[in-house]
Amino acid sequence: MIFDGIDLDIPRGRITVIMGPSGTGKTTLLRLIGGQLRPLTGTIDVAGERVHKLSKPDLYRLRKQMGMLFQSGALFSDLSVFENVAFPIREHTRLPETLIRTLVLMKLESVGLRGAWRLMPNQLSGGMARRVALARAIALDPMLIMYDEPFAGQDPISMGVLVKLIRTLNDALGMTSIVVSHDVQEAASIADYIYLIADGRVMEQGTPETLGQAPSAWARQFMQALPDGPVAFHYPAPDYAADLLSGEVQ
Amino acid sequence: MIAQLRRLGRFVLDKLGRLGRASLFFMDMVIALGAFLFTRPGLVIQQVYSVGVLSLPIIVVSGLFVGMVLGLQGYTNLVDFGAESSLGAVVALSLVQELGPVVSALLYAGRAGSALTAEIGLMKATEQISSMEMMAVDPFQRVIAPRFLAGLIALPLLACIFTAVGILGGYYVAVQQLGVDAGTFWSQMQGRVEWVDDIINGVLVKSIAFSLVANWIAVFEGYDAIPTSEGIGRATTRTVVNTSLAVLGLDFMLTALMFGDK
Repeated sequence: MIFDGIDLDIPRGRITVIMGPSGTGKTTLLRLIGGQLRPLTGTIDVAGERVHKLSKPDLYRLRKQMGMLFQSGALFSDLSVFENVAFPIREHTRLPETLIRTLVLMKLESVGLRGAWRLMPNQLSGGMARRVALARAIALDPMLIMYDEPFAGQDPISMGVLVKLIRTLNDALGMTSIVVSHDVQEAASIADYIYLIADGRVMEQGTPETLGQAPSAWARQFMQALPDGPVAFHYPAPDYAADLLSGEVQ
Repeated sequence: MIAQLRRLGRFVLDKLGRLGRASLFFMDMVIALGAFLFTRPGLVIQQVYSVGVLSLPIIVVSGLFVGMVLGLQGYTNLVDFGAESSLGAVVALSLVQELGPVVSALLYAGRAGSALTAEIGLMKATEQISSMEMMAVDPFQRVIAPRFLAGLIALPLLACIFTAVGILGGYYVAVQQLGVDAGTFWSQMQGRVEWVDDIINGVLVKSIAFSLVANWIAVFEGYDAIPTSEGIGRATTRTVVNTSLAVLGLDFMLTALMFGDK
């Protein structure tokens, strides 16, 4: 079981950050919201629609109003930056080429990469690839955008750019944003509301300010990046001395 | 004993599970084919280039050598009985009934089938398939079905080209190098090779059947691959091995059905 009685409300127009240790199912949560996975029990509602009950055409109709930024960027490696951003527009609209060009350049301008429209994905740095993927995710002006670990593996400058972009785009386009991350400082700096999840449950929730003074030892350990605490440094194992002396290879 | 039985049971269940997934996959692919076939022909044309045109060099060169070997072997054996005049028919029938469709399907599995598996597997590993789904674009319509249909078109055409080039290779060795009379070579071929029984049944029906199996295996293995470098490597190997076995097994069944009562 990945989640046990988990209950989250994502307010419209806000940035909600979901944080937790690696392997707690944060990405799984995004896939559940996007309808790529179905829960065994419980419900997931997006904009009044019960996601896991929708038929495939209805799910795809709802997804046109969602954007998702994958951890790897997930750009199509055989398409240029321009064609990647144009992809959802071409797939879902019948706009003339001149208008598609204008839209793509506008989206790329908003992430600061208009000058890179001719490049191929393998010519981009990790941070640039994520910004292009972000431009693609907002190509159809979605109401909801989900970010899967947007800061992972980024240098400080790229991280700063992404932090600024997430906040700016959310406010400028009036979107609802869900950010899944374990980069405490960056995520907390843009969050309107934070959920801390672990062991399939919501351990703490609140605004960044209230979570900073959270009473639980677990929240303190996570928010202050302490190496030991309720989340033990050691993986569960038999007694150390007994293990060394047992002589068992397997 | 119990452990061995358990392993056997797990193995059988695993194979049955894969067969079930492959069947459902095939059904989804056929549904997707109907949805995009008439609206997005460009996607198929692009893939026909990728799996068909780019496979031409290996098909043409192999066809030429196979034809030349057939001419040489056939002559060496037939000349002992004074029957070298039948060489044209021997070369043509061998290629049309068996070697053309079978060898081109085996070469296709190695060249294009493995590439299809690796490409789709990598798209899955790099989350391109997932991102497509999240953009409300059905990967079956955009990625899987166009590649399957392109392969379905390409392989029978490649088999025809392989057979034609092979006959030219046989002609070159038999007539130009070994001195068999050109008129005899072609007239024997014309007299013995039947349009429906040999060409339609041999090259076309067989290669369409092989194409269906080879491309189904290739796209399924890519889609079903474990999204790691090792997983994709294994899937690519499975494509080549399973396609080769399936083609050879299917060839026996089709040959028995088509030519068994002669």
